[in-house]
Amino acid sequence: MLGFAVRRIALALAVALAVSAASFILLRLSGDVATAIAGEGARAEDIAFVRKAYGLDRPLVVQYAEWLSNTLRGDFGTSLYFKTEVIGLVADKLPVTLVLGLASILFALAVSLPLGILAALHPNTWIDRLCLALAVLGQALPNFFFALCLILLFSITLRWLPVSGTGTWQHFVMPTLALGYYVAPAFMRLVRAGMIETLAADYVRTARASGLSPASVVFKHALRNALIPVVALAAVQLGFLLGGSIVVETIFALDGLGYLAYQSITYKDFPTTQAVVLLLSVVYIFLTLAADLVNAWLDPRLRVA
Amino acid sequence: MSALLSVEGLTVDLAVPAGTLHAVRDVSFEVARGETLCVVGESGCGKSMTALALMGLLPRNARRRARRLVFDGVDLAAASPARTNALRGAKLSMIFQEPMTALNPAYTIGNQLCEVYRRHKGGSRAAARERAAFLLGKVGIAAAGERLGQYPHQLSGGLRQRVMIAMALMCGPSLIVADEPTTALDVTIQAQILKLLKDLQAEFGMALVLITHDLGVVARIADRVAVMYAGEVVERGTAAQVFAAPRHPYTAGLIDCIPVPGRTKPGERLGAIPGTVPALVGTIEGCAFRQRCAFAQPACASAPPVHADAGHEWACVRGAA
Amino acid sequence: MDAALPSRSSVLRSRILGHAGLMTGLVLLAAALVCAIFAPLLSPHDPYFQDLSARLVPPVWHPRGDWLHPLGTDNLGRDYLSRTIYGARVSLLIGLSVMVVSGLIGTAMGLAAGYFGGRTDMVVSFVVTARLAMPVVLVALAVVALVGGSLVVVIAVLGLLKWDRFAVVMRAATQQARAQDYVAAAKATGASTFRVLLGEVLPNILPQLVVVATLEMASAILLEAALSFLGLGVQPPLPSWGLMVSEAKAYMFFSFWMIAIPGTALGLLVLAINLVGDGIRDVAAPEGRA
Repeated sequence: MLGFAVRRIALALAVALAVSAASFILLRLSGDVATAIAGEGARAEDIAFVRKAYGLDRPLVVQYAEWLSNTLRGDFGTSLYFKTEVIGLVADKLPVTLVLGLASILFALAVSLPLGILAALHPNTWIDRLCLALAVLGQALPNFFFALCLILLFSITLRWLPVSGTGTWQHFVMPTLALGYYVAPAFMRLVRAGMIETLAADYVRTARASGLSPASVVFKHALRNALIPVVALAAVQLGFLLGGSIVVETIFALDGLGYLAYQSITYKDFPTTQAVVLLLSVVYIFLTLAADLVNAWLDPRLRVA
Repeated sequence: MSALLSVEGLTVDLAVPAGTLHAVRDVSFEVARGETLCVVGESGCGKSMTALALMGLLPRNARRRARRLVFDGVDLAAASPARTNALRGAKLSMIFQEPMTALNPAYTIGNQLCEVYRRHKGGSRAAARERAAFLLGKVGIAAAGERLGQYPHQLSGGLRQRVMIAMALMCGPSLIVADEPTTALDVTIQAQILKLLKDLQAEFGMALVLITHDLGVVARIADRVAVMYAGEVVERGTAAQVFAAPRHPYTAGLIDCIPVPGRTKPGERLGAIPGTVPALVGTIEGCAFRQRCAFAQPACASAPPVHADAGHEWACVRGAA
Repeated sequence: MDAALPSRSSVLRSRILGHAGLMTGLVLLAAALVCAIFAPLLSPHDPYFQDLSARLVPPVWHPRGDWLHPLGTDNLGRDYLSRTIYGARVSLLIGLSVMVVSGLIGTAMGLAAGYFGGRTDMVVSFVVTARLAMPVVLVALAVVALVGGSLVVVIAVLGLLKWDRFAVVMRAATQQARAQDYVAAAKATGASTFRVLLGEVLPNILPQLVVVATLEMASAILLEAALSFLGLGVQPPLPSWGLMVSEAKAYMFFSFWMIAIPGTALGLLVLAINLVGDGIRDVAAPEGRA
């Protein structure tokens, strides 16, 4: 288990390094930082001056090395738009997005686990077909459209929930639904497929033949083995949700990392955008790493280094 | 004394896309306490379905009917699923063909053995563990205490089958149903496992229903034999009766297929029964074996009569020789 | 009895016709394709023509609606039905183009990794892992915003970012196909690597490729809509469904139909593509998992 963990962590670090380089170079090639700093309509000599003053005329590799070494020391630079330290901005908004992401995953699991298990226990019946139909419809509905429908229902018609803002837990309800419903179908299908497979497995037949309780047969023996792919997907989806939070946070003006990313992109605020991209990548890498380690615990056969 | 297990007119129908598959047709047999009954037949003859029907573990698309299905005084045909479930693993255990996949890969051997014991007998974790270690010793696993903490993938196929046997024994059952318990194992290990089953049966006094396609196995272990063909029992009796004087041509054919050390010369052709098992979808008119039978005659087109001779029964137009 | 056995193609045909999901998807997709191809013939008005005297006319089922504009008009008085029909063009164009671009990149990578294995496989797997770690929506938004939004830029950015699933699935499928006898046989006859890959391996992993392609097309369409909704995708006045929802946001209190119409159209198109993808998978491997 230890050897496996060490190898897996080394890979995660290498991936993080590669992603940071790729995203840095991609953003620099897409737009000109000097123009962004000098501002719209700046004269050519102003831009040239900025380029020299900020060292933007040096090769990209040198700039990346400098940015990386600063970043590793916790210095993400100063936001061009908000005019404050990026690290403070990000630290401010990160909790909001983490709460949203986690709540969405929990909501998605709370919907998809029972439905997936239910469908697997009654395969090819109307219960199963209903669950599948829900999943297919859910996967087709664009999340921004769903979010606006939620606003129409809960804010405009029922007047139960605030349209936008961050202050209270009520502000998180609609964003959680809008973000979580989107990944629930994938979970449900995976749980259903996994449960159908494990319920037909020989060891589940052994559990039945040993007279174990139906609860133990379904949850201890079948579900645990069916969950292995779900855990991997949950990590991937949480990363995906953090990306999707841009759309949802922007619609509900929920003041998290996604909304910050949207603002930084529209204002061409390079340092902030760069920091958010890096942070989301690192969170994703960390999550997949965690999922692999959890899976190694769930399935002893994976613990081979 | 009444039989431990009494089966009369057991029928299993499977709903398949092509129609209804009659996997088991009107099967009857009895097993006394401490006795070994071997159910033999080719694959697809309904012997595994018979075992699953006894256990109440038939697949979802199967329907079981029986005139009489009584185990240890309990009418299984009328028992609720919960009542049957309480018997399984406690008084009525089962061992499966595939030891490689029959244990849950996610839990240790000890965890799985103890769960069965505590489910039926209650008691402390320590008591269950002690029982598990004792039985692992009994099934011939060295360093039992250590093995309890291991996962199935750390054990060989032979060891896993020994663990499955220990699991079946956990609660001191009065009947074990073993469905081809040695088929998936190496030949040398097959003999060991078979001997182990026989020894354990002598020690713990439980009855055994052994499902197999291998008459060699039957010859070594059976008290009584039921030969199945196309979902029906075509011949049954004591092992001595069936082996000494097989009455049904199918049984005789099967016995010809056993290689006998000393008598079968190397390179000599073993007997084989020509033809294949008929499809079990729909009804079968007359004797199901007649297409493959060397003694077939016009009378075989109608249902064969059942002959009986001192507890030896067979279904064939040909009576006692 | 040979006559009693149905032929392979007739079995396939009856399987396709008997699959309710696949048929529904095909019908919906065909409808969307007809709208996209014959948009100029089907649209009652010019989708770009602004009639400022007829702004925010509600759809025909509304008491104030009329048949001149069956789905009403938007805030600039443009005919909503015509814009919705033209919107199918934008969505399908982007979906198909992104699918082709990302499909070519991902399939090439997956084939190479699965066929050659060893160091090639390690490099490709690492690149795929790194690519998966990048937040697509965020990177796509940033690049489109910096380079400037247009149809071509959106297609290029999404195409260059979304090849990951192609690579993953094609790699696994190629590894399986490589182990088959016909590949060994082709190699033994001295066929070139390129010939073996295109002639033997690719045809055998085609069903899986088609399934991934449909799923990726649906996902690309949703992504474009999200980008355009945020104002960082295709630019006005192009009738993109995502953009139409975005433009209608300001009127959602009183004219929710302006959001519901393009939103539903988008949902139906994505539903159709997903149904076709799921259906192909079922029909190609009726026993369940392939």
